[in-house]
Amino acid sequence: MEFNPTIVAFLCNWCSYTGADLAGTSRMKYKPNVRVIRVMCSGRVDPTFVYKSFREGADGVLICGCHPGDCHYQEGNYKCLRRFKLMKKYITQMGIEPARLHLEWISASEGKQFAELIDSMTARIKELGPSKIKTVVETLAI
Amino acid sequence: MRRITIDPITRLEGHGKIEIFLKDDGGVENVYFQVPELRGFEQFCVGRPVEELSQIVTKICGVCPGCHHMASGKAADAVYGVEPPPTAKKLRELFYMAHFVHSHIAHFYALAAPDFVVGPTADPSVRNIIGVIEKVGIPIGSEVIKQRRIAQEIQALLGGHQTHVVMNIPGGVRKGLTAEERDDVVKKAEGFVDFGKFSMNLFKDVVLGNKTYVDIILNGPYALKIHSMGLVDNNNHVNFYDGKVRVVDTEGKELFKYGPNEYLNYVAEHVEPWSYLKFPYLKTKGWKGFVEGQESGVYHATPLSRLNASDGMATPIAQEEYEFMYKTLGGKPVHNTLAMHWARLVELIYSAERCLELAKDPEIIGKDLRAPLDNVPSVGVGIVEAQRGTLTHHYWTDEKGIVTKVNIIVGTTNNNAPICMSIKKAAEGLITKDTEITEGILNMIEMAFRAYDPCFSCATHSLPRQMRMELVLKDSEGKTIRSIKRS
Amino acid sequence: MKEETSQKPKLKLAVYWGAACGGCCVSVLDVHEKLLDVIAAADLVFWPIALDIKYKDVEAMPDKYIDVTLFNGAVRNSENEHIAKLLRQKSKVLVAYGSCAHMGGIPGLANFTTKEAIFKRVYEESESTVNPDKIFPQTHFDVDEGTLELPTFYNDVRSLNQVVDVDYYLPGCPPQSERLLEVFTLIATGAPLPPAGSVVGASEKTQCDECKRTKTENKKVKRFYRPIDIKDDGVTCFLEQGVICMGPSTRAGCGVRCIVGNAPCRGCYGPSEAASDPGAKMLSAIATMIDSNNEKEIEKVVETIDDPAGTFYRFSLPSSIIRRTIV
Repeated sequence: MEFNPTIVAFLCNWCSYTGADLAGTSRMKYKPNVRVIRVMCSGRVDPTFVYKSFREGADGVLICGCHPGDCHYQEGNYKCLRRFKLMKKYITQMGIEPARLHLEWISASEGKQFAELIDSMTARIKELGPSKIKTVVETLAI
Repeated sequence: MRRITIDPITRLEGHGKIEIFLKDDGGVENVYFQVPELRGFEQFCVGRPVEELSQIVTKICGVCPGCHHMASGKAADAVYGVEPPPTAKKLRELFYMAHFVHSHIAHFYALAAPDFVVGPTADPSVRNIIGVIEKVGIPIGSEVIKQRRIAQEIQALLGGHQTHVVMNIPGGVRKGLTAEERDDVVKKAEGFVDFGKFSMNLFKDVVLGNKTYVDIILNGPYALKIHSMGLVDNNNHVNFYDGKVRVVDTEGKELFKYGPNEYLNYVAEHVEPWSYLKFPYLKTKGWKGFVEGQESGVYHATPLSRLNASDGMATPIAQEEYEFMYKTLGGKPVHNTLAMHWARLVELIYSAERCLELAKDPEIIGKDLRAPLDNVPSVGVGIVEAQRGTLTHHYWTDEKGIVTKVNIIVGTTNNNAPICMSIKKAAEGLITKDTEITEGILNMIEMAFRAYDPCFSCATHSLPRQMRMELVLKDSEGKTIRSIKRS
Repeated sequence: MKEETSQKPKLKLAVYWGAACGGCCVSVLDVHEKLLDVIAAADLVFWPIALDIKYKDVEAMPDKYIDVTLFNGAVRNSENEHIAKLLRQKSKVLVAYGSCAHMGGIPGLANFTTKEAIFKRVYEESESTVNPDKIFPQTHFDVDEGTLELPTFYNDVRSLNQVVDVDYYLPGCPPQSERLLEVFTLIATGAPLPPAGSVVGASEKTQCDECKRTKTENKKVKRFYRPIDIKDDGVTCFLEQGVICMGPSTRAGCGVRCIVGNAPCRGCYGPSEAASDPGAKMLSAIATMIDSNNEKEIEKVVETIDDPAGTFYRFSLPSSIIRRTIV
């Protein structure tokens, strides 16, 4: 059976969610593998959101925020950026392929970029194969 | 074949069980001592910064964490090719002597004393510190708690965390001593020396003054003719913190002496499929199995082996006691396993005297606590004497000082083969075809293990003083048979 | 000794260790002279370090016979699991005592590796080990006299609550003895206890609340340092010196003992109530300290943080969300 990745995406309300919305209203076609969760700001994304997504079976996690300088709350996207970089190091140590976690800036007008992002991330995750996190964490005990 | 299982072994630190197989005629066919635990420190320390290891490896043992902390600190120094300043080394050794004082006092009073003072086959309900206090009096019990507490206060003063100490950092220590603190330590160390002497006198009165116990020590099924290992200084005197590892043979002649970087040439570890704990042996002799004698690779690393392997003690009162012990037991080396308890008291006195010596050293309040780290880290070995044996930590790191490999030979591990042999010998001596196997007999078999000083001690099970104490005796179903109160 | 019948029933207390180091048992004794009060109020019915009570004696006890069991140590093998379940059955109240039972503890670091890798390292590759036949310990091994058994070494380390229901958590490596006494006094005097599942014997506040080092509002740093990289002034907050200290995300209760020894906190008391993952908040906080908005600069600073997983989860790896390395 062909592997169909599940990607959980945290999109910030002001830019990236609106950009994703634009892709939709413009009837752009892109891969259906993403599950969108809207947050007010990419700075809201707590590391536990990312870890829980992986733990519950996500093959990939995407975070999108406003471009640097455009954050609706001034600095939220920078906070997200710093957290993201450290999280990458952590998940790599845990044996999770770093490419499974991705951060990209998407503005409200970048519907096309959002669609392309989902397509390319889906393809990349497909190549990596299904995430073993859920099964390993739950069954390796014995 | 009839089979008796003792599970778990009790009144010592760690997990263990003994399987005794009996012949049809009731005599012992074979005995196995199995260690069912393993945690994998040598593997999971990989990836950690090397300076963090001295705080991770203390969790190998919560009774001798200071030992692992010291071996680790020395290994990390070696990894960086750095020599700590004199004040730092003295502070470390001062801590270490307090650590030995606390541990040796606790072991003697809580683990050794019950089997001797109350009696090896006494009822288990009194075969503990309570029974000891009944015999020797409450004031001594109070003093035991107090001295142990004081030793730990010194540990906390120098090391922050009183159990899982944090004092070491590559190149030295993190904290120094003020003049006021030093004065307080001097007073405390003087108390240790007095208590050490007192404990030795108690041993002489209660144990050596009792013909039955002397007979058990000298003629009981508790002797192994094996090689002896211990750390010695430049004068071949016992030293716990630094020096070279010296091994003497069953006749007491030096086989070899090695520095930390040479340990792999002299010691190797054997694996059996029925125990998680490995069996170190002398590489020069080879693994010949669980056998005694000159040609066997089996050796022990205990207070007794340390005294056997040395030419004497570095402090005067300890030296007197060393000479007295050997004179009484007929010369060096001594192979009677239970004499380990005696040797431990000689070491207690040395630790106390050395603690006082260091506390009085003017350099102890020096301000130079850390040497700079100028070299690229790579590999290093640190060896100390733990209370229960020679302890070796060997670390490899990358050029950033992140650990890539670890090898550790722990104090008690050195003694795995001798412990197996001691237990078997005790069982064979105590269980013959007509023996009724009682709980007391099984305890006397466990005594063969306890002499090696398991990691832990129950310094103060109970301390009646003038307050009420209640002793509740329960049968094997947990029902109260008898309840005794002292008011 | 005068013989009397007991009047007030005494608490039946048990102390047991799984994959442990003995430090928690030491902490029980480190109440020193106060042990007298403990003994006056409780009968110790099972404590392998101190009493000659064997497993068969525990198996023979009726269910819920023991009033309080302090279980320390992690669950590493089948013996730890079996006795955890046995003691759950025989105890009214089961306390996860110490970091290992609470969160997995230092033995939990083994979740960075596997059983296979540990066995290979210990029994085959260790430089001092001579094992040409590649003999590994077996759970069942036939000798001439019979079959010898060893517990199964599991692939994962688990905290106590991942194996049985736990009534209370008493954190610390080991718990500070004064905190144990406070909790014991609560139980012994019959005072109302907090709801089941609570952490007891620890503050609701963090280490920073009790730490005596000087702190300012400014925690921004241009890079992080390992303790070996700096000359600690003994006075300034570690974080402000660029050294990672787990204080902000760790419960107080230990008397800031490591910081008093001039070493940064490593988090043995565990996180406060709100944390669903014991290390995530700290990772977040450390990231926030990075004094830059530039991606490349941020990457450079992150490079100065060695071993984030081993630092933020030093004592709590098995109880974290991604609780082991993915193999």
